[in-house]
Amino acid sequence: MYQYDTIDQKLVDQRVAQFRDQVRRRLAGELTEDEFKPLRLMNGLYLQLHAYMLRIAVPYGTLSSRQMRTLADIARRYDKGYGHFTTRQNLQFNWPKLEDTPDILAELAKAQMHALQTSGNCIRNITADQYAGAAADEVEDPRITAEVIRQWSTLHPEFSFLPRKFKIAVTGSARDRVAARVHDIGIVIKRNDAGELGYQIMVGGGLGRTPMVGATVREFLPRRHLLSYLEAILRVFNLAGRRDNLYKARIKILVHDLGAEEFTRQVEAEWAAMGQEPVDLPSGELERIASFFAPPAFETLSAVDGDFARQQLEDPGFAQWARTNLARHKQPGYAIVNISLKPIGGIPGDITAEQMEAVAGLAERFSFDEIRATHEQNLVLPHVRQADLYAVWQTLKDHGLDTPNLGLVSDIIACPGMDYCGLATARSIPLAQSISERFADLDRQHDIGELKIKISGCINACGHHHVGHIGLLGVDRRGEEYYQITLGGSAEADAAIGGIVGPAIPYDRVVDAIETIIETYIDLRADGEGFLETYRRVGKEPFRENLYVPH
Amino acid sequence: MSLIKDGRIVADPWRHVDDEAPLPATGGIIVSLARWQAERSALIARRAPLGVRLSSADRAEDIAGDLDRFDVIALEFPAFKDGRAYSTARLLRQRYQYAGELRAVGEVLRDQLPLMARCGFDAFEYVGKTAAEEALEAFAEIDVVYQAAADRRPHAAALRAGRPSSPQT
Repeated sequence: MYQYDTIDQKLVDQRVAQFRDQVRRRLAGELTEDEFKPLRLMNGLYLQLHAYMLRIAVPYGTLSSRQMRTLADIARRYDKGYGHFTTRQNLQFNWPKLEDTPDILAELAKAQMHALQTSGNCIRNITADQYAGAAADEVEDPRITAEVIRQWSTLHPEFSFLPRKFKIAVTGSARDRVAARVHDIGIVIKRNDAGELGYQIMVGGGLGRTPMVGATVREFLPRRHLLSYLEAILRVFNLAGRRDNLYKARIKILVHDLGAEEFTRQVEAEWAAMGQEPVDLPSGELERIASFFAPPAFETLSAVDGDFARQQLEDPGFAQWARTNLARHKQPGYAIVNISLKPIGGIPGDITAEQMEAVAGLAERFSFDEIRATHEQNLVLPHVRQADLYAVWQTLKDHGLDTPNLGLVSDIIACPGMDYCGLATARSIPLAQSISERFADLDRQHDIGELKIKISGCINACGHHHVGHIGLLGVDRRGEEYYQITLGGSAEADAAIGGIVGPAIPYDRVVDAIETIIETYIDLRADGEGFLETYRRVGKEPFRENLYVPH
Repeated sequence: MSLIKDGRIVADPWRHVDDEAPLPATGGIIVSLARWQAERSALIARRAPLGVRLSSADRAEDIAGDLDRFDVIALEFPAFKDGRAYSTARLLRQRYQYAGELRAVGEVLRDQLPLMARCGFDAFEYVGKTAAEEALEAFAEIDVVYQAAADRRPHAAALRAGRPSSPQT
């Protein structure tokens, strides 16, 4: 993975010193809270319902074991012994003290980490495929491109006060695991007919109040032009994006208002006019960055390990976990391990310091020192030998990290909701916990099959409810928590925004409603048909009829 | 308000003239884009230093053909969160090769100064609460830059390649 050189290190060190002075000025009363707010947000520090929250950047979701141990150490020393992985592959601490935050950032800097641009109206942390470098279907490791963009976007002087926040995701594979189509910019790495690498550029996707699927503005951008083309898109947005209404300020509204064709024309004109202005990387830099993402020293192994096959036969618990939580690796004899952070009845994405250390130890011993965070709030050990899987599973089991539910009904995305967040209008976490408990029986979960439930505690849609197979949006109705249910959303290559199935229902009826939806699907599904396929075939009517039976 | 120019606090030799106010007979003045467009001949006939002030909604293209008429271009930040002038500044400097004074006006605060400087501003009508002398420290807090901008500072990738940022054309 990428290693800082003296230049990268100097920037984060100076940034810590700068923030330390800002906190000092705040505590000394030289800065009011209003004046301090934009400064702290630039370093990921929010003020929530009960306390400050510090959001730490995990660029493109990649962590080393040392970095994970640093997070564990911070959780113990400065928080309540746990952290929370978010849908942007970042990690949040929910209980830091303001006066400790400069020290926390200094600890992070020692491990080549930071909290830059995890908030504010700037280019946020870049996300990438959690299976980068391991996926069998990958054109190129997307982290190379993501690191190029991370550096370019860090303290970008022109784009630090955009109309609104700006999120970029990169995938190197046709199977979209980063929800690229619902990002401000989604980038898909491709090869053209001549075999050259380049990018498909999609702009104007997003969730929030006005969910939209992005439009392709370039089918194939030669890779050497990446940064200048991004700069052209950002400049058009910075100058023309709406600033009069917070809820209409994202780039999706600009793309929609202008029309994709006119927006594209403006970007292309801006890009052409840049001409000789030096924006793109000098030669050699891409290669330098790429060298950090060279494949690890894989062993030459047979495609199927004999012990692995035998262990699955002997231990049904292991076999069940292997069936759900492993993904195919490009290297024969290796597997991608998904670590579920969704134990039955648990809080999606939460992880204790002790669990972080267990994962760090496993990564060090069995996965070339690499860990990934996923946008679905789970973790990944990307490169594990099949022969080591049983040992990995046993350790995960010892730490309550072995839940075999990846992609199943209890693998729920939920925002922090009203338990933490000042914007939320309803709770998300307790609902996720109740649904998970209702479907605790793993055999039943397997029978239901792949099903993505996503819960947002307010219209800002941090829980991605629009693209859940089943989406729940919490709304406040005269002081009561109600939930609007959407069906048929998808965040993948077949991206779709879910449709509202009927009137919102109160909190205490939601779990029953989920069960009704699932039972309806089971009654209607054809052989081997997943929830989404069934929904697309039969539409919302049968679900609606069963959900809104007159009492 | 203090005027910061080229990293120092200086006296301001310029006067902002409102659209309704009569044009003073002598001395450098800064007028709005609307007034420049409406009274162009009269302003040229004054034969005195002239500056123009752009709101954050005005575009660099609006004055691109007249840049040699101006000694100062002032770009407004109606609120520090309104970042349009950062783009306008870079366009004036890098695309249209404007070489005169580029002045930030409006809500110009301490922690935005280094970003503005990178986009090509060299003068700042500073209104922050931190004393202007202390605010000058903001320029030196971070000396690593990751991207080419109007200040032509060598960025990280250029330093790594062992050569300065490629020259402007």
